[in-house]
Amino acid sequence: MSLISIKTGNATGAKYWRSLDQLAGTAEFRQWLEREFPAGASEMLDGQSRRNVLKVMAASFGLAGLAACRRPVEHILPYAKAVEDLIPGQAYYYSSVMTLGGQATGLLIETHDGRPTKIEGNPDHPVSLGAATAMQQASILGLYDPDRSARFLENGAETKKSWPEFQAYLKGISLGDGSGLRFLSDAVISPSLAAVRADALKKYPKAKWVEFETFSRENERAGAVLAFGDAFEVHPQFDKAKVIVALDSDFLGLDSASPLPTKQFSKRRRVGSEEDLDRINRLYAVESQFSITGANADHRLRMKAAEVKQLAIDLAASLGALQGLNIVGGGDKRAKFLAAMVKDLKSAGAEALVVAGPRQPASVHALAALINQSLGSAAVSYVKPEKAEPGIDSGLAGLKTLTADMNSGQVSTLVILGGNPVYTAPADLQFAAALAKVANSIHLGLEEDETAASAKWHVPGAHYLETWSDARSTDGTVAIQQPMIDTMYGGKSPAQMVAMITGAKDQKAYDIVKNFWTSQWPAKDREKIWRKSVHDGIIAGVKPVEAAKASVDAKKLAAAIAAEPKASTDGVEVSFVASSATWDGRFANNAWMQEAPDPMTKLTWGNAALMSPATARAQSLTDGDIVTLSRGSYKMEAAVLIQPGQADQAVTISLGYGRAKCGRVGRDVGFNANLIRVSDSPWFASGFSVAPTGKKFKHASTQEHGTIDDKGVNAEHQNSRPVYREVSIEEYKKNPKAIEEMSEIPELQSIYPERVYDQGYQWGMAIDLTACTGCNACVVACQAENNIPVVGKEQVTRGREMHWIRMDRYYVGPEDDPRAVEQPVPCMQCENAPCENVCPVAATTHSPEGLNDMAYNRCVGTRYCLNNCPFKVRHFNFLNFHKHEPELEGMVYNPDVTVRMRGVMEKCTYCVQRIQETRIKAKNEGRRAIKDGEIVTACQQTCPADAIVFGNINDPNSRVTKLKKQERNYAMLAELDIRPRTTYLAKLRNENPELA
Amino acid sequence: MAAIFPKSSDLILKILGAMVGLGALAGVAGYAYYTYPTVIDTGYQPVQPVPYSHKLHAGQLGLDCFYCHSTVYKAAYAAVPATETCMNCHTKVKPESPRLALVRQSFATGQPIPWVKIHFLPDFVYFNHQAHVTAGVSCVSCHGRIDQMIEVHQEKPLNMAFCLACHRDPAPNVRPAELVTKLDWQPDPAMGKDAREIGQEIIAQKHLNPPTNCSGCHR
Repeated sequence: MSLISIKTGNATGAKYWRSLDQLAGTAEFRQWLEREFPAGASEMLDGQSRRNVLKVMAASFGLAGLAACRRPVEHILPYAKAVEDLIPGQAYYYSSVMTLGGQATGLLIETHDGRPTKIEGNPDHPVSLGAATAMQQASILGLYDPDRSARFLENGAETKKSWPEFQAYLKGISLGDGSGLRFLSDAVISPSLAAVRADALKKYPKAKWVEFETFSRENERAGAVLAFGDAFEVHPQFDKAKVIVALDSDFLGLDSASPLPTKQFSKRRRVGSEEDLDRINRLYAVESQFSITGANADHRLRMKAAEVKQLAIDLAASLGALQGLNIVGGGDKRAKFLAAMVKDLKSAGAEALVVAGPRQPASVHALAALINQSLGSAAVSYVKPEKAEPGIDSGLAGLKTLTADMNSGQVSTLVILGGNPVYTAPADLQFAAALAKVANSIHLGLEEDETAASAKWHVPGAHYLETWSDARSTDGTVAIQQPMIDTMYGGKSPAQMVAMITGAKDQKAYDIVKNFWTSQWPAKDREKIWRKSVHDGIIAGVKPVEAAKASVDAKKLAAAIAAEPKASTDGVEVSFVASSATWDGRFANNAWMQEAPDPMTKLTWGNAALMSPATARAQSLTDGDIVTLSRGSYKMEAAVLIQPGQADQAVTISLGYGRAKCGRVGRDVGFNANLIRVSDSPWFASGFSVAPTGKKFKHASTQEHGTIDDKGVNAEHQNSRPVYREVSIEEYKKNPKAIEEMSEIPELQSIYPERVYDQGYQWGMAIDLTACTGCNACVVACQAENNIPVVGKEQVTRGREMHWIRMDRYYVGPEDDPRAVEQPVPCMQCENAPCENVCPVAATTHSPEGLNDMAYNRCVGTRYCLNNCPFKVRHFNFLNFHKHEPELEGMVYNPDVTVRMRGVMEKCTYCVQRIQETRIKAKNEGRRAIKDGEIVTACQQTCPADAIVFGNINDPNSRVTKLKKQERNYAMLAELDIRPRTTYLAKLRNENPELA
Repeated sequence: MAAIFPKSSDLILKILGAMVGLGALAGVAGYAYYTYPTVIDTGYQPVQPVPYSHKLHAGQLGLDCFYCHSTVYKAAYAAVPATETCMNCHTKVKPESPRLALVRQSFATGQPIPWVKIHFLPDFVYFNHQAHVTAGVSCVSCHGRIDQMIEVHQEKPLNMAFCLACHRDPAPNVRPAELVTKLDWQPDPAMGKDAREIGQEIIAQKHLNPPTNCSGCHR
């Protein structure tokens, strides 16, 4: 992307565009559009000449010839003593729970012969409702991470010592009354850990425990204190809201670690009938970076994060909820936006909801509460958190106090239970230096990370899939965390570590959890309740949290806000967000996450300093220019990525990259933004300077990969066959045929004989673009289910990523302030599949049930099929991506799907293994009919928005058939007479006519 | 210019050419023949760690196949039995036999007996025992007369042509489902129907329709 081409603006006139290059029509972009792969993509290997490769190949052929003389001996190793009810080779599902960012999500985990292979949401768990986010799906790879901590480190160096020596060391520390003892952990939402902690604090009354999460809800709690005079948890119910205003809140994306907000929000985005059109919600988003919440908003206003507070004040004042504060008139767009929001919120009344993002200061949260109260919103409730026990500190303030204590020599023993504070703590705390002053520092963790290297002792922790625990979710439900496999490296859970220090009676993770719960139950039912709780994943009879009454004193709040010092918004603002791939860095060594393209930037393998086209233009910066971001003594280098829709003079950078001490996957990937993050402005700060360094960096972005030519043969007709279709509800009501009329389909005649598909099951899929948020959960679920390899950054830049679902993101409108839409594109299972008739070896053929079958063992890798695929959804194994994979990582594979070799084409098959499994099951059960909804594809299963529906289109009563009957149903590129089985339900935009 | 080679050398050249040609042909033919599954796979008879005789147990003693391979009718895999299954009898029968030392050792230590796999399908083939057994395809169709084998060997080629032959014309291999483990079953001559006719009746009655498309077996 060159500067000149930005200036030319919309040279191509494309309505839906993927990148600024496309908008400008650069040669680089045309390559992605017209060629199957960019030039040079077919080169076999780097650093090896073709001749060398041939030599190696000749040698290996020779060896292969010799080796093939003998048939490899395979053993069958049955159990010595059979396990009751266990059938070898069969998949079993167990419930468990994952804790991330202080949030618990109930999960169902598929295991094959004792090894967990796939994670799904637990439908019975109220926070999951069957869905799992991309990170939850990918967390299984962390279990088999070959770089996981498997050994003890002493002073950062490997040691032969193990638990007995460590325990002896522990005994040697005299803790006395605990005045020198500190614990540092993630947010504790495990009741059994809390009980163990209470015992520890009782035994060592002067000890202190600090809970620290990088992404926490502490601003929300502080906002409640400001508004209500007391701490409350805010529980928004998005399904009860008709008009939602998100103040810098990415509740559909990274501001929620659980799929619940998306589940709730999408309930009022799916349109099944006419009435649903009037129930559909409207979302206004105000934000600095372009989040997926912003992409799903019907109206979005970009502004610096620091300006959101004034907007909240204006909103509250305009609604009459707040007196005494002046409304600050902004630009024309802002004023119009504000007026429209006010009108809409007022008319929604009890169905109105204003949410503030966790990065916004307390006053914005308090204002949101005030607005909700004045509107009489029924879509939010407040819950009184359990009273914090003395000795427990939390949040950034807690970490600050701890660091101060460490520096002043008050801390002699620090026990770090998970987490990586040396990396995640804000730069000004200088946690590593403080840690060095602690005589006995112990780090329990899954990784040999920065903290492990700086602590006196590092001991291996247990992954959540290999140890017992429990977790309370925000609504009060408690789920048991059940191990799927024994600890691989003898790791321990945080509760075990604390129990070891206090010398408690229960030392095993199982005993700690089980005895904590069973002691609360009547003795005769204990075993029964316990078994049921473990089976269901939810402890029966735990009371859900109750909403508390809370009211805001508007006058007091107005006075408090008026007294707040006015924050400067001068200069460049830098804001920090969670990474869609690595969260706060804890998934940095997770290759699935690193390679999953960010929903908005489409970056893989790294982060970037995101800035608006105008900001970049002002500094003559382009994509990949490395700049120094600095403020005072804090500075970092980061590569620029121009992000349309970003607020001007505002840079956003995601945390969780640039890990120095990390496994092979995540080491030195991206830029470490913690270097410029300070504790008094941890989320955004103004006054940064951006200085070009003259160095260049190559981003691995997939935004142009698989671009579909939407102009067709009539190049002069712009968008003659739009691949993404949307319409406003107003227009749709007026003209339901609006979607169909977007393209002109001539009378089509096939040169092939007509095939009839009116017998038996005929599989099809409908994807609702109104509901889809583009969250990536389906992409990772598909990867886990179908053994899709990871290719690495270098290969991604060549367009060789293997994801079977490509999440296409299009911008609409001007480059500075566009809208964005998301569209998942899997194989469409065309009835007249163009790939099939060009395959010279019949490796891809049609099944009688309408699937476009792919026989990997037949494929010889001509790639003709990919060349002929108009959707570019076929993926080719250019290299043997499994070759250098450690054996351990292979444990994650789904045994029901073939692991593909180099030179083989692959693609989505509607999870044919799941179809066949259910078919065989139905046949064995007396050849009964397969029920609608009995087969769910992996993407459908995990979709938090329930946007994907799969089923038998030959059954007039199936859900998919009914959806496909809607007028907004359209087939992508139907003009080609390929008759895709996967169709889309066009996006319905609930626009406010006043802003349209 | 005089010829360097005499005219007779033409013949040598022709013979040489013919030999190379024939050699190549023989090579191709040999390769094709010796790598064909009926040649390379059938008859595979590895030595098992325990000299277990199917002829004795399944043939003479008349143990049903299901007794040991208990998962065939309820799962994709026909599991090889746990050591415990052997010990059900062998704590009483021949408890001291030296040939059973490994079995007793496995039972005591919990270490599995390393049986050698004989019937081997490639990783990209997904065969489901339950589906076949429930449909009425007998063990004998793919495994042969196991009840007559002292040491088991692979009888059928188990290649794709073998599978497809039956999937295209299943009638000769379909019998009443309760008789699948009766390896020596023959239709009762008094009934007046041969195996194919019985098979056809069952196919019609159960609506059997074995898949012949790729994803039926390859996923």
